[in-house]
Amino acid sequence: MVTIKDLSTKAKVRWCPGCGNFAILIAFKRALVELQIEPERVVAVAGIGCHGRIVDYINVNSIHTIHGRVLPIATGIKLANRELIVVGFAGDGDAYAIGLGHLPHAARRNIDIKYIIHNNMIFGLTTGQVAPTSPKGMKTRSTPYGSVEEPLNPIAFALTCGCTFVARGFSGEIEHLKEIFKKALTHRGFAFIDVLQPCVAFNNTYEYFRKRVYKLEESGHDPTDFKLAMEKSLEWGDRIPIGVFYSIKKPIFEDEIPQLRGLPLAYRRIDNIDITRAYAILR
Amino acid sequence: MELSFLIGGEAGMGVMLSGRIFSKAFVRGGYHVFATNEYPSLIRGGHNFYLARVSDKKVWSQIKRVDLLIALDRLTLKKHKDKLHKESVTVVDHIDLSGFSLHGRVVNVPLSGIVKELEAPLILRNAVALGAAVAILDYDLNILLNVMRDTFRGKPLEKNIEVARAGYEYVKERFDVHSFKIKLRPLKSSRRLFVSGNESIALGALRAGMKVFAAYPMTPASPILHFLARLQRDFDVVVLQPESELAAINIVIGSWFAGVRAMTATSGGGFSLMTEAFGQAGMTEIPVVIVLAQRQGPSTGLPTYTSQGDLRFVLHASQGEFPRVVIAPGNIEEAFYLTVEAFNIAERYQLPVVVLVDKYLAESYSSIEPFDLSKAKVKRGEIISGIYKGGEYKRYLFTETGISPMVIPGTKGAIVKVNSSEHDEYGFTCEDPLIVTKMNEKRFKKLELLAKEIESSNLGVKVYGDGEVTLIAWGSTKGPILESLKILSKKNIRLKYVQVVFLSPFPVNSVKAAIEESKKIIVVENNMTGQLAGLLKEKIDVTPDDVITKYDGRPFYPHELSSRIEEVI
Repeated sequence: MVTIKDLSTKAKVRWCPGCGNFAILIAFKRALVELQIEPERVVAVAGIGCHGRIVDYINVNSIHTIHGRVLPIATGIKLANRELIVVGFAGDGDAYAIGLGHLPHAARRNIDIKYIIHNNMIFGLTTGQVAPTSPKGMKTRSTPYGSVEEPLNPIAFALTCGCTFVARGFSGEIEHLKEIFKKALTHRGFAFIDVLQPCVAFNNTYEYFRKRVYKLEESGHDPTDFKLAMEKSLEWGDRIPIGVFYSIKKPIFEDEIPQLRGLPLAYRRIDNIDITRAYAILR
Repeated sequence: MELSFLIGGEAGMGVMLSGRIFSKAFVRGGYHVFATNEYPSLIRGGHNFYLARVSDKKVWSQIKRVDLLIALDRLTLKKHKDKLHKESVTVVDHIDLSGFSLHGRVVNVPLSGIVKELEAPLILRNAVALGAAVAILDYDLNILLNVMRDTFRGKPLEKNIEVARAGYEYVKERFDVHSFKIKLRPLKSSRRLFVSGNESIALGALRAGMKVFAAYPMTPASPILHFLARLQRDFDVVVLQPESELAAINIVIGSWFAGVRAMTATSGGGFSLMTEAFGQAGMTEIPVVIVLAQRQGPSTGLPTYTSQGDLRFVLHASQGEFPRVVIAPGNIEEAFYLTVEAFNIAERYQLPVVVLVDKYLAESYSSIEPFDLSKAKVKRGEIISGIYKGGEYKRYLFTETGISPMVIPGTKGAIVKVNSSEHDEYGFTCEDPLIVTKMNEKRFKKLELLAKEIESSNLGVKVYGDGEVTLIAWGSTKGPILESLKILSKKNIRLKYVQVVFLSPFPVNSVKAAIEESKKIIVVENNMTGQLAGLLKEKIDVTPDDVITKYDGRPFYPHELSSRIEEVI
């Protein structure tokens, strides 16, 4: 029986009071408890930014990696042991700036990884610079005259990359976020979850989003309809949809590679491998 | 008995493949072969050549002299005519030879004419030439045809055989083959392998139990990717070409974190992109093996030419201080055994290991005896899986040796916390000054222990010959140096040669012992600034008397090197 207590660590949480990361932490732990996933089976991979410390606060296997490389690290883990539940946590800097290039490829592979992006639309840990998702005109320490760049649309981007699961959550809606995490954890394939996560120190968006978000699940959205998902992804203004935009079944990378069938690679015997089988092509 | 042959032509004329086929025919006939090549970064045009030395004795490198030249275009004649001598034979495709005065004999064979007549694709001019060359040498055509049979299938095979036969018969019918001075008759058949440095590394990795290989294509390391991709299903290895070198190295780190031996291969540019993750492997104490095949020049440089310019880069790459291992095989055999060693060391000491080679070593071929697998054994690190019964698990437990037992994720009874930020024994992020100090010391303890192991097992250096003058070098210069020693010993010049195999940890005691009685020290390096020479000064406070360098993208040739040695001794 997995309980919330089993998922806690002795590390002292060092996020600002009210930080949107708390909701992600709580929702994720609750999702694991409700799905009764043992902590030993989970590997969390975190990037760099305030969010990265999340791995100190959840009692699951983890690697706190370098900036932007959450997906390739997660990919390596999954290849080594496909029985593990591999969850990537990344900031908007990790996922949409320095590490953006990895997203289309993880999606193309449809490798069974869950990718959760703490999207606070600001660089928080480096004390408040512009992010790829910062709205145009936003004044930050690196854009004192207002950002002149259009923000990236993560949902539309993830959809065009071919992600088989695309969702948006909001830190102000913990229960809803937990449900999204549960759906992602039970989705077979690459799951992309963008979480609107207010930064109380540099970009407090609680009120802004509370007034605007509505739940796709309550609006009769069909998450198997790609065109509809694309249409919804462009909705950003007075009303902002949260929930699962898109979710379909497709073969996963691990099933396409015959070498990965059977015992995970991590448990295979490697002593005395007979390389003489390769000699024929060398003569 | 010895033959040096060169096949030259434009990219796309099949120079390399025909060179390898011809070489294999000699290896099967009992000869030793060493072969190297040069080619520009082009898919069509330019000038490619394949240069091989065939001998009844073991040979360590190519030589400049060419006994048999197969010129698939005019440019080949222009580029290589100076290598010919009065007994050389040149095979050409019915070209106008006015303007060329060539040493030796010219055998004009209508290569294009024959392929047209037999309705074969033009590229098979190379196979006609090989058939003709077999006739000239009085070698056994069947051996060549058998190599073709093992190389091609279906229609391409039929055509190759047909045109090779035609080339052979053309020479037999029109020339008095006994009048050619270069002869090579089959010796007793042999089971030797004909292997490139890249293939040798790949075989070492397979032998070491590598299960994940991720690499982004980059000359001259790409053949490792091709070779492993071909063998992946036979050996249950996942071979992946990800989106970048950034992805490749991190996939390798992720795999090894989860308990699987993994490797990546690249050149200097790719390694530049990997440097941050290289430090991550050091900090997180996750093993990795990286093959770095150097090429000439900074930036894009000469992408298809050789150099030893990245030694200092590898020794210092990535921010901060962390232990790393740098191993430089000297030849194709060593590339195999040292790759196995690289995997064992990486895992046992939980740190990043670089196998440092260069284009010359990676893409040259050599006939070698089948590997002695009793000398290539898997030695696993302290890895725990299944169930952990040690109580609360500390991934970075402080130990006498600095090495902490490595539980892999998925193990019951343990939660594994790995961290690229400085961390405490559990793996939690930590900024405490005492722990920061202890963690740094823990990581470097491992390198001290490894240094002792290397010194005591004599892995760090290899010593050849004896004399008051010592040559010190690392990596692929080994072949040309061994050949130079042979040349110089005929002139009664005796030299000692110290090959430094481990560049990090530097085998201080072994190197000191090897040069103790030397009156003169000469460093030989395929770079401009003498990077090993600087390292000797740093590590053992020795200033070499001379540094012989070369940095034109080409390897040393034995006669060139031996005369440069003579100039300075």
